[in-house]
Amino acid sequence: MASERKIKCVVWDLDNTLWDGILAEGDTLRLRPEALNALKTFDERGILQSIASRNTHEAAWLQLEAFKLDHYFLYPQIHWNAKSGSLGAIAEKLNIGLDTFAFIDDQPFERDEVRCVHPAVRVFDAVETSGLPALPAFMPRFITEDSRRRRELYQLDANRNQAQAEFKGPEEKFLRTLDLRLALAPAGESDLQRAEELTQRTNQLNTTGIPYSYETLRQRMLSPDHLLLIADLTDRYGDYGKIGLVLLHRTASAWTIELLLMSCRVMSRGVGGAILTFLRRTCAENGCELYARFRETERNRMMYVTYRFAGFSEHGATPDGLQRFKNDLTSIPAYPDYLTLNLAPELQIHRSAIKDGERINIPVWGDTPP
Amino acid sequence: MQAETISHEVRGFLEPYIDDTEFSNDDDIFEMGLVNSLMAMQLVLFLEKRYAFKFEGADLDLVNFRTLTRIQDLVTRKLGKA
Repeated sequence: MASERKIKCVVWDLDNTLWDGILAEGDTLRLRPEALNALKTFDERGILQSIASRNTHEAAWLQLEAFKLDHYFLYPQIHWNAKSGSLGAIAEKLNIGLDTFAFIDDQPFERDEVRCVHPAVRVFDAVETSGLPALPAFMPRFITEDSRRRRELYQLDANRNQAQAEFKGPEEKFLRTLDLRLALAPAGESDLQRAEELTQRTNQLNTTGIPYSYETLRQRMLSPDHLLLIADLTDRYGDYGKIGLVLLHRTASAWTIELLLMSCRVMSRGVGGAILTFLRRTCAENGCELYARFRETERNRMMYVTYRFAGFSEHGATPDGLQRFKNDLTSIPAYPDYLTLNLAPELQIHRSAIKDGERINIPVWGDTPP
Repeated sequence: MQAETISHEVRGFLEPYIDDTEFSNDDDIFEMGLVNSLMAMQLVLFLEKRYAFKFEGADLDLVNFRTLTRIQDLVTRKLGKA
């Protein structure tokens, strides 16, 4: 099962893998055409790339600049330490699981060392390079606007992380420097590919871990009993892209959050809390109950804690066998002052706008409004 | 394990995130603006990993994380049960 997961990051060795020849021995280096082709193909598909090479960083980086390839790599690890450590460091910085990593190296010793420490990493010999782009694990189902821009989006994150590491003081003060803006709107047809991608790529900040197909999401989007919301985040460094998804089931008296997920790139930005505050307020103001479905996975402990801290507690099971939580709808906090929430007009529901006993009716919003 | 060790380690965990503000083990670190619910969440995951236990749902109330003493008491109680 684990080996079927799509590759999110490819880590390259340099000598006799990305290029022919050994830098430290003063060889004339020549880019391997199949490596260059794979590198560009992966980049277009939104697969992130990095480097694990034993070399001096300065010399190797100058060479990559000379080849005009330096901008392709995030958090390159070029030093003399073990490559397993390099992969671990890259996974930590990108905040994605090692079971979505591929490692390409011509040296059997290096491949074994990585395999031994990180059995989940998929390891390839440099001679296999030309065949990699055709493997299903390297082929995302869709290439969305967000996936095309993924390298750039992670590059922006690297800048933010740098600023955060250098910032001294409470985290909240740092968040205030970012000018975070969260937009929440009903999903349209053009959001569905990204929505599907989010349900399949997101593990940590995902309340059920259940993947949804494009078709299922489309049905939910059109269903009068459901509301599918997509969240977009920006800050002064730039756009994070479409980073969150909320699927709500609505009846006149109760809303159920069937799914809440966010990209791990927005961890610790308060997005989940703000969305929950919005839902709690809306339900409290309109006199309906708020429930949520939850399914524990190996990776989503954070969402359990998020739900608990947001006033949810266990309340039996849902008909489909998931845990059901119910919100107390008391002590609902104000929106965090470091984040501006921009709600689509359809979501600005105030009690004053609704007559007693009237059903809250948020219209379905596809590309062509009904 | 010494109970004081726990509050010491929590201080160690929080240190990189707060400036030089001094606070006692009984100060409300939320009210002082040193910690918010996001930090509290990170703290929960840190404690669970560090001491190899899991909080139960009812433990995960922000009230339990407002002072170092409360955190220490809660963790000590959890470890005693295990």
